[in-house]
Amino acid sequence: MDKEAVKKPAKAPLLVVSKRDALPLGKRILIRAAALVSAIIICALMILIVGKANPFLVFAAMFRGFFINILPSIYSVAILLGISLAVTPAFKMKFWNIGAEGQALVGALVTAVIMIVLGGKLPDPVVTVIMLLGAVIAGMLWGIIPAFFKAYWKTNETLFTLMMNYIAIEGVNLLLEVCGGPSHVVGRSLLEHGRMALFNEPYIIPIAVAAILAVVMFFYLKQSKQGYEISVVGESENTAKYIGINVKKVVIRTMAISGAICGLIGFMIVGGVDYGITTTTIGGRGFTAIMVSWLSKFNPFIMILTSFMIVFLEKGANSAASKFSLIDTNFSNVLIGIILFFLIGCEFFLEYKIHFGRSSKEVQK
Amino acid sequence: MSNTETTYALKLEHVTKRFGSKVIANNDVDLDLRTGEVLAILGENGSGKTTLMNMISGIYHPDEGEIYIKGEPAVINSPRDAFSYGVGMVHQHFKLIDVFTAAENIVLGINTEKYNLKEATRRITEISDKYGFDVDPGKKIYNMSVSEKQKVEIIKVLYRGADILILDEPTAVLTPQETEKLFNVIRRMRQDGKSIMIITHKLHEVMAISDRVAVLRKGMHIATVNTADVTESVLTDMMVGQKVSLDIARAEPKNTADRLIVKGLNLKNAEGVSVLDNIEFTARSGEILGIAGVAGSGQRELLETIAGLRVPNTGDITYIDPSNKSEVDLRKKTPMQIRDLGVRLSFVPEDRLGMGLVGNMDIIDNMMLRSYKGGKSMFLDRQPSKNLADKIIKSLEVVTPSATTPVRRLSGGNVQKVLVGREISSAPSVLMAAYPVRGLDINSSYTIYNLLNEQKENGVAVIFVGEDLDVLLELCDRIMVICGGAVTGIVDARTATKEGVGLLMTTRKQGAV
Amino acid sequence: MSFANIIFYAIQFGTTLLFGATGEIITEKSGNLNLGIPGIMYGGAIGGVVGGFIYQSGGNVNPILSVIICILSSLVGSLLMSLIYCFLTVTLRANQNVTGLTLTIFGNGLANYLGATLVKRVGGQTATSLNITETSNIFSASLPFAKDLGWFGKIFLSYSFMAYLAIAIALVAAIVLKKTRVGLQLRAVGENPATADAAGINVTKYKYFATCIGGMIAGLGGLYHALVYIQTWTADVIGDCGWLAIAIVIFTVWKPDLCIPGAYLFGGLFILYDHLNLPFMTGTWRPIIKMLPYVVTIIVLIVVSFRKKRETQPPASLGLPYFREER
Repeated sequence: MDKEAVKKPAKAPLLVVSKRDALPLGKRILIRAAALVSAIIICALMILIVGKANPFLVFAAMFRGFFINILPSIYSVAILLGISLAVTPAFKMKFWNIGAEGQALVGALVTAVIMIVLGGKLPDPVVTVIMLLGAVIAGMLWGIIPAFFKAYWKTNETLFTLMMNYIAIEGVNLLLEVCGGPSHVVGRSLLEHGRMALFNEPYIIPIAVAAILAVVMFFYLKQSKQGYEISVVGESENTAKYIGINVKKVVIRTMAISGAICGLIGFMIVGGVDYGITTTTIGGRGFTAIMVSWLSKFNPFIMILTSFMIVFLEKGANSAASKFSLIDTNFSNVLIGIILFFLIGCEFFLEYKIHFGRSSKEVQK
Repeated sequence: MSNTETTYALKLEHVTKRFGSKVIANNDVDLDLRTGEVLAILGENGSGKTTLMNMISGIYHPDEGEIYIKGEPAVINSPRDAFSYGVGMVHQHFKLIDVFTAAENIVLGINTEKYNLKEATRRITEISDKYGFDVDPGKKIYNMSVSEKQKVEIIKVLYRGADILILDEPTAVLTPQETEKLFNVIRRMRQDGKSIMIITHKLHEVMAISDRVAVLRKGMHIATVNTADVTESVLTDMMVGQKVSLDIARAEPKNTADRLIVKGLNLKNAEGVSVLDNIEFTARSGEILGIAGVAGSGQRELLETIAGLRVPNTGDITYIDPSNKSEVDLRKKTPMQIRDLGVRLSFVPEDRLGMGLVGNMDIIDNMMLRSYKGGKSMFLDRQPSKNLADKIIKSLEVVTPSATTPVRRLSGGNVQKVLVGREISSAPSVLMAAYPVRGLDINSSYTIYNLLNEQKENGVAVIFVGEDLDVLLELCDRIMVICGGAVTGIVDARTATKEGVGLLMTTRKQGAV
Repeated sequence: MSFANIIFYAIQFGTTLLFGATGEIITEKSGNLNLGIPGIMYGGAIGGVVGGFIYQSGGNVNPILSVIICILSSLVGSLLMSLIYCFLTVTLRANQNVTGLTLTIFGNGLANYLGATLVKRVGGQTATSLNITETSNIFSASLPFAKDLGWFGKIFLSYSFMAYLAIAIALVAAIVLKKTRVGLQLRAVGENPATADAAGINVTKYKYFATCIGGMIAGLGGLYHALVYIQTWTADVIGDCGWLAIAIVIFTVWKPDLCIPGAYLFGGLFILYDHLNLPFMTGTWRPIIKMLPYVVTIIVLIVVSFRKKRETQPPASLGLPYFREER
């Protein structure tokens, strides 16, 4: 019998993709670093061609822009980090909460409302405490509502939380219309009482809170029983049921935590630094946070680096924009986009390997 | 090939298929299907029936050997290639799109004719009338019963003009009445000149429908015989083979006492089909109770119901506490509630990485699955789990780089050792294990047998769901045989014969066709 | 403000949403939940604006050529955006949500950046908007006799040709999805890619084509919004239309034909406060009305999940990557 007559698949694929074994940490970092470097090269080319500027000078300006006024920059990192930490438990549970924007914004909204309504009527510290509580509860509610429907009826949480963002935004608009006077501004003059401050330095508290949150979240996810339950539910709902975890309870509880942290961040922005509120108070960081959390593999300490990188690009581009005529503030989003695309894309090469042509099995014969 | 063998629709010569380096699914199989006959492919679970059929239908490619279709050597790389040779397979798991109608599913993927659902509907009705299906082409799949879905699958194959049909365990999901209807369809297709292979392990069905029977055992083709020339017991002998001695040390049960009493257990699945039918048995301490049955007879559902993962429709599950002989009702309790009652019930599920363990977690964290709740602290104490992991790795010789390796990176046998190790570490009084040696090599299998025997000698009531009759007969003390969700017999494993158990496995208690 | 005027403005605004929602439905039918659609709309808008501006700057504007150039350059812009999404999610199997959100950030940033650069080059450092009046006028032109036909002309005939194009695309999409083999196979891919694959359908190809075609349709929405609705290029010109389009997809339970009234309804709710001066609807309560579309969408989402009626569910594999298991 002519065994060679047994033809192999007629159209053997040119590239064969297969799952690879775990790569050592060094290699994983190397692949990501390579992606980052490639992204930076593309960014540099964009600066050169579209922005008609010397990329090195632009990068230098970006560094200066970020570090020259270091405290506000670190504060921005802290806020982004805070929201990233907030979304992390939910994502670990594979609950696609893209509503952090709204959860933080209702926190901010409730903070502002309490400042307006109770400010001057109660001692300032009491107002501050009520602001904090109100913001946290509001954020929590914004998180629990979609979680409840997801847990009981499997309502699509991605779209639900997305819609909740816009309800929060219109809520802020309502505040601006009702309390903002003819110019529709709710700013310092209205938000006078209950401001949270330490040593007259607004940035210290948010930075400290974010730092503490990062540590707490790290231990919550890695060392607590609840964090363990989140991992099990996220990995396999079947296993969770097998060992008797109440999946519905975990889903709702986790989103309550996510929302509460978002509310806390909203409180700190309005009550601690901005003393004012607009529909862009969160400014898309609720969405950026998702990327931060996901790219950091849900590790709070890596999130610090990732948030840092993104804020660096934002702040840096803003500062470069003032020096280079063809670079403007929007350029940061282009750079962030390119870098994130590369980092997202390189995940593939961590999980899979590609080899050319026919599989090695043939060689055995 | 010579042209004189035109009466053969299909011929396999020396077909071998390996998975990995160790598992040989099919070994040097020669098989032929005559034009216009019904050939039954008979074999136990894991005898290689489905793999063989998958090679004919283009899902797998044979490592060695050749396939001839209508006398011509055939190269089949995809289901599409198979169709071009006129071969169509109806899989056990239907490949249908729920929100589509029958007609839409039937024409899906056909590019050779104009897209015209009206014309397709007409042709479907024509095929239905010809062979006696009663399927509404406009009905959505999600509104269909299992047997209707199966008919759609068969029409799908016929619509593409297949004249060689392979049916993979088509009766597994059917009631006796539906089975009879299906057989009528098959007979009509045979009259129409189609050649049909039907995979089954139900002997009475083989006798009822087939012209010839090909028996497979452990990947080998044992023989093909004319159905008229054999009896069920002859086929059973061929299917199960000679009893193989495994030398599993089996101790006499000591100090047996009733531990788990199941009475009148009934369970319907989501579609309302009965999967457990009035199950009654008692598991005793110091004894291994085997559960035998062809795959999908309700084994999984039975264990999951006892473990609290499914709520039975009717029936009682009573646990007798060994310390004070008090009775505990387990029915409608969740796994957490069962544990909180102090019931020491361990369960090694069939789906190891999908249910028993979390693949992406390391061994230590997987140890914690059962115990993480312990203690009042809100934080985890990993130390006991780490100790347990180290102990299991050492005592069961788990091959792993470390205790912090994700379990999905371990081999099947090592995964199972981790799972069984964890389940017996809690000193259970009842231990249920579903197919604990499936996919394991000989050495790992013996490790598991020894562990189960050890548990038995420690006074645990062990329930062992197995598929290899040789193992069941040598390991267990009693064997409960189930078929179609009903108990068909409970036999003494020391005196029972392989043939006897095999017959019970394939005999429906009532309403046999 | 007459009733006819309200309808007019609702449709005028709703057309942007109709393009976006139709595009997203086609994309989602392949199982790709593309949250990058706002970014893609920006890509389509800036592509068309840049193309139109360059052509217009050359003088001697031929209306037909202008339209062709704008639309082609818009399609190129949105196609490039869609390809980024496809390459990452389909070929590199990246997470759809993360990729989509990044694409939105990127598209928004890129469009704003290119737009601002163009604005600065033309109008100097202080300029904020671009003069594309000529091109915009060509796109906005309606039938000359529409004005003479009173309310009938206002409601039915007074729109840019792109409004009718949007309706046509939505109807064609509905027919293709419902009545053709391509539609059947596309739906199969979104419902159950493994089954589609087994039936011999090229899942990757369908995902790429559906996402790119859907993206290009949505991109036309961006172009329409900039040239016809806003009639100039400014920063963040599309606003939240992209997200609103995604909401309409849910609201109309993944049916392009239902999208037509759905988009106009949402459009109406969104512009109502600008054009309606009723005593109980003074400015203060505008945001409540603007909130309505989102609240209604959530209610639809919840009702759909309660009823579990199969026809109104999202494509079963929406958001999930597909790759054939290695054998």
